[in-house]
Amino acid sequence: MPTKLTRRQAIALPAGIAVGSLIGRSALAAEPIKIGLVAALSGQSAKSGEGITRGLTIAIDEINAKGGLLGGRMVELVRRDDESNPAKGQTAARELLDKEGVSIIFGGIDSPVSLAIVPIVNGAHVPFMGVWAAATNVTRNGANPNYCFRVSAVDVLVDRALIKYAMTKFGAKKPGLMLINNGWGESNFAGLTAAAEAAGLKLAGTEKFDDKDADMTPQLQRLREAGADTIILVGNSAPGAQVVKGLQKSAWAVPVVSHWGISGGRFPELAGSWASKVHFVQTYSFFGPQNDVGKRVLAAMMAKYPDVKGPGDVTPPVGVANAYDAMQLTALAITKAGSTEGQKLREGLLNIDSYQGLIKNYTKPFSDENHDALNENDYVMVRYNGDQIEPVTG
Amino acid sequence: MLATALVSGLSLGSIYGLIALGFTLTFAVSGTVNFAQGSSVMLGAVICHALAMGLRWPMPVAVPVALVACAIWGLIVERIAVRPFVARGSNAWLMATVALGIVLDNVVMVLFGKEPRALPSSLADDPWVIGTVGIFPLQVLVPLVGLGLALLVHLGMHRTGLGLKLRAAVENPDAARLMSIDVTMLIALTYAAAALLAGIGGILIAPLYNVAYDMGTLFGIKAFAVAILGGLTNPWGVVIAGLGYGLVEAFATSWLGSGSTQIVTFSAVIAALVLAPSGLFGRRTKVRV
Repeated sequence: MPTKLTRRQAIALPAGIAVGSLIGRSALAAEPIKIGLVAALSGQSAKSGEGITRGLTIAIDEINAKGGLLGGRMVELVRRDDESNPAKGQTAARELLDKEGVSIIFGGIDSPVSLAIVPIVNGAHVPFMGVWAAATNVTRNGANPNYCFRVSAVDVLVDRALIKYAMTKFGAKKPGLMLINNGWGESNFAGLTAAAEAAGLKLAGTEKFDDKDADMTPQLQRLREAGADTIILVGNSAPGAQVVKGLQKSAWAVPVVSHWGISGGRFPELAGSWASKVHFVQTYSFFGPQNDVGKRVLAAMMAKYPDVKGPGDVTPPVGVANAYDAMQLTALAITKAGSTEGQKLREGLLNIDSYQGLIKNYTKPFSDENHDALNENDYVMVRYNGDQIEPVTG
Repeated sequence: MLATALVSGLSLGSIYGLIALGFTLTFAVSGTVNFAQGSSVMLGAVICHALAMGLRWPMPVAVPVALVACAIWGLIVERIAVRPFVARGSNAWLMATVALGIVLDNVVMVLFGKEPRALPSSLADDPWVIGTVGIFPLQVLVPLVGLGLALLVHLGMHRTGLGLKLRAAVENPDAARLMSIDVTMLIALTYAAAALLAGIGGILIAPLYNVAYDMGTLFGIKAFAVAILGGLTNPWGVVIAGLGYGLVEAFATSWLGSGSTQIVTFSAVIAALVLAPSGLFGRRTKVRV
């Protein structure tokens, strides 16, 4: 066994170490920045997960085409399906944090899932970015420091907007509430009750339904007999469709104003011919005049996804638009922080100055007091026309 | 409110009764049941959807094919999850039928997907309206089909040669075997018939509800409660219990609100079973020592 180095080996060894170190450094430079997504990729809300994925993908493609972030690191999306199940969402979030080492977790449509992930990200000191779930306490969760941010609607604000819309559009004086029987329904019960009280309205009543309820005519009949002149609906696509079928069955042509959960699945197919009667809230519409970002995103969507042939095919628009803007804001925050480390990234999000986005021109979108980038001025009311989501006109 | 609850309760109740009839058939002949009867409900609806919506087959063709598939599924359940265990004197068929149902649900989930789909029907689009009460024609058809099938089961049991053999097998399986009645085949047939009834239930409810890989679970549980309530061995009792269950469910929601529905309904089931342990229409079993 040789104990002495030859002259050639003596030269080669440090050279090898130097080359190896350079390779190592460039490998580190090329290490991707992982962005996690925990959302419903299957089940009744699968379309919401697909919309969010598309919005994130278009934004990530743009970022990577410009050379990535932090000196050339590419951005990579890592998705996990929560199946609309809070326990599965928690498992997925832990896996993304511990195994994949993601820098931030984006959330999906289901408020109960997002609410279940909130304590995990706050404990792990890794930011969470909600892009759909609207439960008020996702961002207003009492934690200090709070790592949860959102580019989406907030129930308490949506509820005010829904009541206001019911009054101005349909002259509602006595709305009845049809709410999903879970944490999201509870969140909206509080918000809608407060909003109605603030508007001087008396509610006809509040009825709840479960995801798998086969017939909702008894609940609707209670509201009808209590004198409801409008229905405010909070639920996802399948039970939301059952509510509409219940109305059709009873031939009760009462106006329906809905939160946006119905747009996360196959609502028009499931609800049938009465689907277009429901007016619901979104944060963006690809119809009508678009700003430069809107034109660019729509063109990118049409180029990347063969099923997108026009603005009506960008469904659900809320998932695409919120996710796109949230990803661009996250990229700005990473650049600002100069790091993907959780605490620094949180500071980066809080220090964003301005960004011309798809939904609006954001100015100081996040602050210590406010982790919600959107407010009631950013909502639009839409309805289904076939499978397409169009703004309500007239 | 009364009329709406009545319409809703009768149409859902007859579906529960229809599915529960399957429990009655197999239990009467073999003393066993398919605990995954809900999966057969789902199978009927999913296959009908795949044929009618996916392959664009006309409904009059899609429905019988879906029902034949359900009957075959019933035969498979009996052969794989019941017969081997009964032959060994084991009660493991209880778990085996549940497990086989879970396997079927998950296979369908992979093949059909997790998203609920619609099975539109012209019978569930344009309601008949009287005052503030509306009813889809399909909701009228459902109880009629339920009662008609219960009558068919009754007549089949009492007016046909096959029914005679079945009743012989129920009364005394060993004696029936001695009379060269193929009891094993009869049991297999009742499993096929049970799955077929569940499939009919699934196809009838699909246009009013939706089609999904997990749609059978809740219907299966409720139908089992109905079967126990009706007395398990009494087909008419089971159908009446189904209607009663549906009505209690609908009236509880109408009068007390949706938060009370399950509390009232299942409490009523427990109360009824405390008062009549063999079910409301079941025969009390006498044990001679």
